[in-house]
Amino acid sequence: MSNVIARLDDVSMNYGERVVLQNCSLDVVEGAITCIIGLSGAGKSTILRLLNGLRKPESGHVYVKGTDICHMPEHELINFRSAIGFAFQFAALFDSMTIGENVALPLRENTSMSESEIEKTARGTLESVGLENNYDNFPSELSGGMLKRAGFARAVVTNPAIVLYDEPTTGLDPIITHLLTDTIKRLRAQLNGTAVVISHDLQSIFMMADYVAMLFEGAIIAYDSVTKIRASMNPIVQQFLQGSEVGPIPL
Amino acid sequence: MKMLEDFGKGTTQFFEYAGGLTELGGESLSFIGKLKIRVTETIKQCYLLGLQSLIIVILTSLFTGMVFSLESAQQAVSYGFGNLVGSAVAYTSARELGPMLSAVVVAGRVGAAIAAEIGSMVVTEQIEALQSLGLAPARFLVVPRLLALIIMLPLLAVFADVVSIGGGAWIANTYAHISYDSFMSSARQTVGFQDILKGLSKSVVFGIIIALVGAYQGLGTRGGAAGVGKATTGAVVISIILIFVSNFILSYILFGNSH
Repeated sequence: MSNVIARLDDVSMNYGERVVLQNCSLDVVEGAITCIIGLSGAGKSTILRLLNGLRKPESGHVYVKGTDICHMPEHELINFRSAIGFAFQFAALFDSMTIGENVALPLRENTSMSESEIEKTARGTLESVGLENNYDNFPSELSGGMLKRAGFARAVVTNPAIVLYDEPTTGLDPIITHLLTDTIKRLRAQLNGTAVVISHDLQSIFMMADYVAMLFEGAIIAYDSVTKIRASMNPIVQQFLQGSEVGPIPL
Repeated sequence: MKMLEDFGKGTTQFFEYAGGLTELGGESLSFIGKLKIRVTETIKQCYLLGLQSLIIVILTSLFTGMVFSLESAQQAVSYGFGNLVGSAVAYTSARELGPMLSAVVVAGRVGAAIAAEIGSMVVTEQIEALQSLGLAPARFLVVPRLLALIIMLPLLAVFADVVSIGGGAWIANTYAHISYDSFMSSARQTVGFQDILKGLSKSVVFGIIIALVGAYQGLGTRGGAAGVGKATTGAVVISIILIFVSNFILSYILFGNSH
């Protein structure tokens, strides 16, 4: 397999008494789009939060660029996170700021760029997601699809090595879903970086993924290229891909 | 057995809360120490948290000063101590009423607002978004509010002092015919600059309490809109309790030897 940029190694994690991940291992290949699929509440979003240090596992290790981030103190994690983009499920834009200010914020706070350079970069990034005319709008003035794209712009504006997308197409119509899927592919190519995407939208996953990982009962039970995952003989994978009620997945 | 268990749980929660609050305070102070301050945001918070509380502080202080004067003037005049009303009103205003009233009013208005704003940010993942962007919530959100209250609460207390003494003087004059000169001269004889400074130092502590409790409650929000409501109520209740407790401790330390 090609270079691994991030790795979950035998990670276990609970929320209270509920086991979310149990001895879960996953490799994220550098320069590829890895999509994680699985049932709702399976722990997919937790994996993204483990990858940027927002959560710490009970046991196991999380390596990013060869560094185990599990034992990193918070002040180091803060710096570390600025090198990883995170596009949230509901965009999580700061509602007291305009779209332009939201996108410019990581540049303003984490770089020594001049104000004119910051504005130019923020406008350019918004243009790359088709929101060049919305720089001065507030988040409340944008539609769901536009908010997600603004969230993408904020996640990629600093050219991070890895971008994490939490359910980027959930709840959107097919046209916007197609547009966002294209945007993720294009941004990854532009940045020449790595993307990890969580989604339930199989059509969108098959369009963009280089690798697909299926999370089931706290562990990755299948991990391969799109073609091989589609042809997988694993009954759990097949039931999930077909959306069938009949099979080993308990309803 | 159950009682012991509850007591143990309560004690653990108390120390966890106190530890969390201290940690947040320490983190915020370290950012202030390193001068990692968002100046524009701090000025904005001075306006939102301080200046916008001015009217309500003035109104509550005015009427409290007037009531205090009304109650004391009648009694004092009847016993022939009318010349002491000014000192009683000014003494209480500078040491207790000004700092306490302004703090309680601001805790209700601002403590709740801080908890609600930060709590809403928690439930809409904005706090996680901040952390993901490499920004510490303590620096980004807590420090501007903390500094704003440290600056503005003593100023509000000064207004509260002035207005409650002014209101007291007016009532003493119109109701008990104590002249303004007599009222103010009595006030000046009893209340020194040190009393005012000590009262204002209390306001600084109250400002820290309101900002930290509001922010800590907000950051600890769990469970959507209901969680925001709970955090907001908790912020007001806990800040007010801590203001009263710390007021006693500060009064004991600052004024204990002067009685």
